[in-house]
Amino acid sequence: MTIVVNGNSLEISNSVKSVAELLQELKLADKSLIVEHNQNILTKEEHVNVSIKDGDRLEIVHFVGGG
Amino acid sequence: MLKIGDYQFQSRLFLGTGKFPNFDIQKEAVDVSETEVLTFAVRRMNIFDPEQPNFLEKIDVSKYKFLPNTAGAKTAEEAVRIAKLAKASGLCHMVKVEIIGCDKTLLPDPVETLRATEMLLEDGFTVLTYTSDDVVLARRLEELGAHAIMPGASPIGSGQGIINPLNLQFIINQSNVPVIVDAGIGSPKDAAYAMELGADGVLLNTAVSGADDPVKMAKAMKLATEAGRLGFEAGRIAEKTYAVASSPKEGISIGT
Repeated sequence: MTIVVNGNSLEISNSVKSVAELLQELKLADKSLIVEHNQNILTKEEHVNVSIKDGDRLEIVHFVGGG
Repeated sequence: MLKIGDYQFQSRLFLGTGKFPNFDIQKEAVDVSETEVLTFAVRRMNIFDPEQPNFLEKIDVSKYKFLPNTAGAKTAEEAVRIAKLAKASGLCHMVKVEIIGCDKTLLPDPVETLRATEMLLEDGFTVLTYTSDDVVLARRLEELGAHAIMPGASPIGSGQGIINPLNLQFIINQSNVPVIVDAGIGSPKDAAYAMELGADGVLLNTAVSGADDPVKMAKAMKLATEAGRLGFEAGRIAEKTYAVASSPKEGISIGT
């Protein structure tokens, strides 16, 4: 299936079922980050429950240096 | 003791985390500054580089209160979204409303700033609002319920220091919530000056991260902030036009 992450079109395996599994796939599982799934901001606890479907749009953000 | 919302701080120096030469220098600067509040920005991750380091991994996050900013937002709605993203991290104690209205001066958009402050307060955030040194806008922000007012000393990153002490003084005098002078601080004298005017704290970033020796400058800013505060609490003498001798006029021994 194809999803859009941070503006990039990504082809990912259909075996990826949840946001948590997507983060595993991207090797970002142990990172401090925030996921927005189809414009819904998710808490960490929601990552395992929210399913990934073809055409989904995700934003993965984190804290960077700033003043 | 500085109180903002439900939080209490010994240190009156808030430190930004942008543009340090490297994480080791940054960590040492943060340590010696003895700050308790760190600001961050929220940005997209590079999803193709999972190994990229993050400063948060270098520090004991339990030691600090986090003040993510809404930089990048042009509207109140965008600011609210960024604040909600920051909150979902679980590392967001307070939020700094920062809505830039002019790319050249980086001065804030007062209308969007006011709207975002109101919306975030309704959502239960502890809101510290970056604003220009507009006295009436500062009052309006306080009336909305902002937990702290953060007027700029001069344009962000300019290092010009306090260019309008009169307006800052007006804001400090009228405010019943903490006033944190944010943006434009260039050197320790600026931090001390802000504190002597009666500011409750200063927030600075480039003045430390861009110094030749950021660690030494972090220490200097800590001392300047403390010195300025002590000076304010001690109550300075009135300025006089002519000299007033410190030594007694009587008993001068001249051999006549």
